[in-house]
Amino acid sequence: MKGKVWKYGDHVNTDVIIPGRYLDDYDPKHLARHAMEDIDVTFAKDVSYGDIIVAGRNFGCGSSREQAPLALKFAGVGAVVAPSFARIFYRNAINIGLPVIELDAREMFNKGDTALINLEKGIMVNEASGKSVKFEPLPDFLLAILKEGGLVAHTAKRFR
Amino acid sequence: MAAMTFAQKVLSRTSGKEAFPGDIVSAKIDLAMSHENAALVLRSFKEIGAKQLWDPEKVVLLFDHRIPANTTKAAEGHQTVRNFVRQEGLPNFYDMKEGICHQVLPEKGHVLPGMLIVGTDSHTTTYGALGAFSTGIGATEMAAAWATGELWMKVPQTFRFHLNGKLDGITSAKDVILHLIGKMGADGCDYRCTEFVGPVVDAMSVSGRMTMCNMSMEMGAKAGVCFPDQRTEEYLKGRAKGPWQPITSDKGAEVEKELDLDLTGLSPQVAYPHSVDNVKAVEEMVGIPIDQAVIGSCTNGRAEDLLAAERILHGRKVAESVRLIVVPASKEVYLWAADSGILSSLVRSGAIVTNPGCGPCLGAHQGLLAPGERCIATTNRNFKGRMGSPESEVYLASPATVAASAMKGEIADPREVGP
Ligand code: SF4
Repeated sequence: MKGKVWKYGDHVNTDVIIPGRYLDDYDPKHLARHAMEDIDVTFAKDVSYGDIIVAGRNFGCGSSREQAPLALKFAGVGAVVAPSFARIFYRNAINIGLPVIELDAREMFNKGDTALINLEKGIMVNEASGKSVKFEPLPDFLLAILKEGGLVAHTAKRFR
Repeated sequence: MAAMTFAQKVLSRTSGKEAFPGDIVSAKIDLAMSHENAALVLRSFKEIGAKQLWDPEKVVLLFDHRIPANTTKAAEGHQTVRNFVRQEGLPNFYDMKEGICHQVLPEKGHVLPGMLIVGTDSHTTTYGALGAFSTGIGATEMAAAWATGELWMKVPQTFRFHLNGKLDGITSAKDVILHLIGKMGADGCDYRCTEFVGPVVDAMSVSGRMTMCNMSMEMGAKAGVCFPDQRTEEYLKGRAKGPWQPITSDKGAEVEKELDLDLTGLSPQVAYPHSVDNVKAVEEMVGIPIDQAVIGSCTNGRAEDLLAAERILHGRKVAESVRLIVVPASKEVYLWAADSGILSSLVRSGAIVTNPGCGPCLGAHQGLLAPGERCIATTNRNFKGRMGSPESEVYLASPATVAASAMKGEIADPREVGP
């Protein structure tokens, strides 16, 4: 996985990831157009497929809205990297197929740097500086859910 | 076998293997709750392609957030779920007649000690008050639970709070949990199972324990629990839908953190805007003028909460400048308050009483705030815009503090106002 880095601080809450006023429409593309709008108006416009969010602690705190990780995923985000996540966001992200990595990578990256991530091996690299950092890879069980694109697809297999 | 925590024991039982903190297990769900967002669950459930619910007896559905329907969209959502319930013949559906999910499930005896419960609502942690391991999940994973009866769970570490001493008369469970949240911070217990033990908890009613476990979520907890005792048994008598076995942490089980607090002399607490962990003693806040006061929600809408408010307001009047909105948490609470004269007394004092449900707590209807307005509420969140305009403010406090403030027209210390 490879993408350009977007950097944010601590406690990025679900209300800024996708403001409540856009929740009436569940269409993920509509959600994606407003992703991060209240914290960074350039994000939805300039994000490209595979980009990586590097943020501070307690990412995704607040309500249990699943539309938050959905908005990021459909905006193109390839992974979110933060030292800690709010619990329900973490679950929702994996369950809708958005990789989340518990790692403090803020020192290693500036906004716009290119990052490489190997989810299975648990390595994140800054392409320009060559610096790399290890993280605890997700258990196979969760990697399998991610690979299949989320829990719905993963579960649907059992009913086919 | 090594000594285990409550969380380990429940997740070992439901996953069929010894579970250790950090392990990811696939656990069998004992009870699954959804409210209006069952409409979202249903959407994913159809995508999965399962023919039926894994066990209709273990699914409980009701409406509480937007009742009676406040928009046509909400009405359509209700209709979708209602149709599904009829089609499937689901046995545990309360429509919008009973009240808030977190009050109705315990009342109706669905919640039993030792159960593993999930709900598509973050305050599902409430059921820990009866000794269940209970946590909030997203809509998509609820769909998977409906289809398979199983969900992946990370086995949490445990934080244990020893709550020592004795609360002074008017200080309540709400003040205790606000105090803890202020101490720990909004993410201080992220992923953890928080256990509440000690004399203060022993002396607390089940209702108070529900307040504590409900708001354990506001410090990030995955679950909060009070272990079953005599009071739990009394509460469950005549309600429990089945037999149950208490589960408690083993002596000597390893916990990540133990905190000892002496709560004797604790002042009533208030969380000021816009974060639940901005907590101060009420005496530091007195005098801030308010426009609205709310008594209700899954945190503090029970009989003992209405009683605490009525004791203060009895024979007195709500300030001319204040709208006091009272929302009983359930039909059972509503009827009790009506039959005991509490309701008429509150109305005589100037309260506006609404139907049981979430009321204005989530900022959808029944008492929204205009820009610049201030509200003191017994609810559990005071994020920007939670109860209406993003330029309004919400202060969180106990029923006694809210009642005292409603009477004075400004944040007031219930110990000063007195019953
Ligand atoms: S009362 Fe408030 S916090 Fe409780 S379930 Fe309803 S909206 Fe959520």
